[in-house]
Amino acid sequence: MRVGVITFPGSLDDVDAQRAVRYADGEAVPLWHGDHDLKGVDAVVVPGGFSYGDYLRCGAIARFAPVMQEVIEAANKGMPVLGICNGFQILAEAHLLPGALTRNHKLHFVCRDQWLAVENNTTAWTTRYDRNAEILVPLKSGEGGYQADEDTLKELEDNGRVVFRYVGDNPNGSRNNIAGITNARGNVVGLMPHPEHAIDALTGPTDDGLGMFLSLLDTVVKA
Amino acid sequence: MARVVVDVMPKPEILDPQGQAVANALPRLGFDGVTAVRQGKHFELEVADDVDDATLAKIAETFLANPVIEDWTVRRVEA
Repeated sequence: MRVGVITFPGSLDDVDAQRAVRYADGEAVPLWHGDHDLKGVDAVVVPGGFSYGDYLRCGAIARFAPVMQEVIEAANKGMPVLGICNGFQILAEAHLLPGALTRNHKLHFVCRDQWLAVENNTTAWTTRYDRNAEILVPLKSGEGGYQADEDTLKELEDNGRVVFRYVGDNPNGSRNNIAGITNARGNVVGLMPHPEHAIDALTGPTDDGLGMFLSLLDTVVKA
Repeated sequence: MARVVVDVMPKPEILDPQGQAVANALPRLGFDGVTAVRQGKHFELEVADDVDDATLAKIAETFLANPVIEDWTVRRVEA
């Protein structure tokens, strides 16, 4: 399994995402924002951080990076793509996922270990979880409030496209406590919390996040 | 060259916590009577004369604003 991990100017969590891929027995393939090809990878992780300094809007400039044109094309053909935190913001700006991420409702940057419910275990990235399993992974973001219009929210809720939902207090004002969503096909997933920081109890709160990368392994092997 | 102003504002139904924080700060500073504040972005573009309105609208809609959460206006002004 070869998994591309993109590095933009300002990415922070690309190295941890590469490590998570290796923990799942995958080969992590670094992809640079200026690349025009995906080097034959089976899947792509768009990692967290502050791509292009979050100038204009989080993810607004990264969306137009050369490598993202390749990611958009591959995702539309079914390649598994995971966006974490800034990566989720980038996928939303790229219209691979609906809605937008906005400033946390209480304006504070939130950094804490966060319980999530896994409500959809049929996506390319979540098959290793039991449905409605609760997992504990770090959340660290200032603009994590998920916003979408009523029609979009209904579409997401009615079709099981809310993949992760915050358990307990809503940390950032996200509509319907939404932490992560998927596209209609289930190959593209985006979430604000950080599964790649929770793959080993030595270095994270749990190893609950590793299931996402093991799920991908199953998806790629089956394909 | 022409000067073009693009204003981008959060849609009315979108929570604007920054605008609310500004509004809440005003009474503390002794300014009474401001009942609401919305915070947006103001862009000033220096544009060649052959750039048409359709192109300016595309710049605003696809890049300067995110139409999921923001409204935008484009106007040409005297430089």
